[in-house]
Amino acid sequence: MSTAQAVPAAAGESYLHHGRGVRSWLLTLDHKRIGIMYLVLVIGALFLGGVFAMVLRLHLWSPGGALVSNDAYNKLFTLHGAVMVFLFVIPGIPSALGNFVVPLQVGAKDVAFPRVNLLSFYLYLAGALLFVGALVAGGLDTGWTLYPPYSLEDARGLGILLALTGVFLAGFSSILTGVNFIATIHKMRPPRMGWFDLPLFLWALYATGIIQIIATPVLGITVALGFLERLFHLGIFLPEYGGDPVLFQHFFWFYSHPAVYIMILPAMGIVSEVVSVFSRKPIFGYRFIAMSSIAIAVIGFLVWGHHMFVSGQSRWTNVIFSFLTLLVAIPSAIKTFNWLATMYKGAIVLKTPMIYVLTFFAIFGVGGLTGLFLGALATDVPLHDTYFVVAHFHFVMVGAVVTAFLAGLHYWWPKMTGRMYDERLGRISAALVFLGFNLTFIPQFLAGVAGMPRRYATYAAAFQGMNRLSTVGAMVLALGMLIAAWSLLGSLFRGRRAPANPWGAASLEWAAASPPVHDNFESPPAVVYAYDYSGLELISEEAGWARAGGTSR
Amino acid sequence: MSAPSPGSAPAARAPFLAPHFGSMGSQLDTAKLGTWLFLASEVLFFGGLFTAYAVFRANHPDLFHYAHHFLDWRLGALNTVVLIGSSLSAAWSVRCAQLGQRRGLRAALLVTLLLAGVFMVVKYTEYSHKLHHGIGWGAAYHPTAEILESLPAALRAVPAPEHLGTFYSIYFLMTGLHGIHVLVGMGLYLWLLRRAGRGDFGPGYYVPVDMVALYWHIVDMIWIFLFPLFYLV
Amino acid sequence: MNETHASPREGAAAPHALPAPVLVATAAALMALTVLTVVASRIDLGAFNVVLALAIAGLKASLVALFFMHLRYENRFSSVVFVTAVFFAVLLVGLVVFDTTQYQPDLRAAQQAAQRAGPR
Repeated sequence: MSTAQAVPAAAGESYLHHGRGVRSWLLTLDHKRIGIMYLVLVIGALFLGGVFAMVLRLHLWSPGGALVSNDAYNKLFTLHGAVMVFLFVIPGIPSALGNFVVPLQVGAKDVAFPRVNLLSFYLYLAGALLFVGALVAGGLDTGWTLYPPYSLEDARGLGILLALTGVFLAGFSSILTGVNFIATIHKMRPPRMGWFDLPLFLWALYATGIIQIIATPVLGITVALGFLERLFHLGIFLPEYGGDPVLFQHFFWFYSHPAVYIMILPAMGIVSEVVSVFSRKPIFGYRFIAMSSIAIAVIGFLVWGHHMFVSGQSRWTNVIFSFLTLLVAIPSAIKTFNWLATMYKGAIVLKTPMIYVLTFFAIFGVGGLTGLFLGALATDVPLHDTYFVVAHFHFVMVGAVVTAFLAGLHYWWPKMTGRMYDERLGRISAALVFLGFNLTFIPQFLAGVAGMPRRYATYAAAFQGMNRLSTVGAMVLALGMLIAAWSLLGSLFRGRRAPANPWGAASLEWAAASPPVHDNFESPPAVVYAYDYSGLELISEEAGWARAGGTSR
Repeated sequence: MSAPSPGSAPAARAPFLAPHFGSMGSQLDTAKLGTWLFLASEVLFFGGLFTAYAVFRANHPDLFHYAHHFLDWRLGALNTVVLIGSSLSAAWSVRCAQLGQRRGLRAALLVTLLLAGVFMVVKYTEYSHKLHHGIGWGAAYHPTAEILESLPAALRAVPAPEHLGTFYSIYFLMTGLHGIHVLVGMGLYLWLLRRAGRGDFGPGYYVPVDMVALYWHIVDMIWIFLFPLFYLV
Repeated sequence: MNETHASPREGAAAPHALPAPVLVATAAALMALTVLTVVASRIDLGAFNVVLALAIAGLKASLVALFFMHLRYENRFSSVVFVTAVFFAVLLVGLVVFDTTQYQPDLRAAQQAAQRAGPR
């Protein structure tokens, strides 16, 4: 913290004003500033991926394709997938929101390894730049899964090499983030904060960290092998040199299926926070939610083969993986029922984060249940590679993760920026996101069941109605997101000053000022159970909530 | 609480205590946990390559039996002994740091570094001998007549199995990735030597010595598996 | 506020240095096992050779972990981390090998059929 030590902190000076100039941001070791830098990049990736998505949807307005060439379409959907998965959904909640919130929630000054945290940010940035490089170098048309032999043939040029390197770097960024969070949650807690006092967001990130540490290295070695295979024809993946392309899929999904839980677990963590705070009720079934996060992380490793039911995987492996896949439904359902029980007889406050969370419940429910269709061997075979799959994973990755991300962003926005966003615009955006999302993807379920295959630039005329509905839905969804962006960015200039605790939450980040000072807390916060709302009272909209009789336990 | 802001670094604070930690003890604990978590990811990183090895070994055992004749088990055994020795000196360096034996610490670090260097020299001779005789990875496997002559007669009598290059891909990948880790370890030991020369380490502060030693032991451990899997098939 | 952040399971104030005989004995055992694994590879045991080689390597790795890496004396959580990693690595190897050996016969049959049909 050499740079930080040079400038003595004035009392009450927020982290945003502690040190000025570009260097004080680019070389910062402050987890809050690193979190904000991640947030900017991650939202940039969301925007880029979103633009690709809009072009794709507009192209599919007519069966023959309305906008771009078939070749360009292939490149666009590849980059849409790769950018969204590797640069937005995976790092989105842990790296951007998690970095900001984790040390605050454990009442610490910073994450365990601040330098590693900054390194992790730059690895992510380098990975992102390589993706942009791949885009400039003629793009990539392999699909985000990068399956050989197609992806590693000689004809694939610089694009695939840049993309593989980008995935490698982004992967190591993710590993280091996981190491940092687990060490922080383990070791940086105040002595009086027991494991079952932790906010459930931390449990979720802890489980995420396990997956990041165990699964991501396998992705790293896979893309490294792919890179070398493409250059030197190793004979590991390419059949003409004696390699086994199915091996690539095993490696890839050993990471990429658990990666789905890297995406959804932090989202579930946000939901656990928001649903309790805005129901004004302690979370129901705390231990079950906490343990189901760990269970999802562990079982999530045992199901990768369900992506390979029609890839030439052997029969028995298919059966085993199908059975194990259905098991994941249990911890997911445990969480869902506990959230619903939390809302039961609660005093529900329909602020923007809560509306996004309700959206999450509806969409995650459908996304999770349609997953059972795809996990079951018999139904997966006809549904494989249809729009049913596309709709299913968008329900989980967009419908669930992005809405939870938006819920978390609105929930912690006052803490990050010290400004309140416009509640009316926030609600409008949440409603539009809900409507637009369902209008986009429900028709895709129907088209998929009717047999429309995925990844094609053109489609049979019979599917035109569904596709047009979907395209209109995408526009509504995009409008909802733009309104959210407008409301949040506008609040930086016009927003009312945020109190320390605008929502009446009990976890420690709300004991810090909004925005927090450089060292997070001006005095050590009193540790309470993260969902103990007793004594919290609303003083006024401007002053927020405070505990009657001081903060002693 | 007398919480000092990090700016006014109080005299009582130990020189290597980072501002966000309360005590050297918790800093050491945290650093160790972080190291173990990182090593866990290393295990899985190599795990991918071990999987590739196992898959090709299980499905093409003929490749492995044929190709390992090109590897000299004596050099592999020599390197195993060298690495075990360096692991001992690495563990010794931690002990010296913990006991405050500064000369012993420098000596142990230096021995570790030198043994790592010996390992790389042996590795280099092995690699250059193979590449010189056209034994490359994957598609680059074009053995010279000279090296084929050196094979046992029984083996020369039967046709060579297809795709021998895949074996060498796996060989070069696994030993190569391991070699990269050795090089990184040498860099780390150079850094430790410099710091030990400055007298940074002692019973109160030996986090880096401990962390690097843990890393070095993992590197040794990987080699313990590579040696029988490649040289002794 | 620094004091509040001391971990409940504080590292011991005086570091636990391993006695010299333990370190030397560990290294000696590793050397002996190296000799043993070379000798064992000279005896033809069929498929059991690999099992034996891996068992000896596993034993050596355990010695390194327990003594050189202090796992025997450490906070148990370090062992949990390490064993978890090894478990998942074994899981990856195991399931993938299981699958590939299962579909390999199909693959060979297809390749032979393709060869009979003549070059592409």
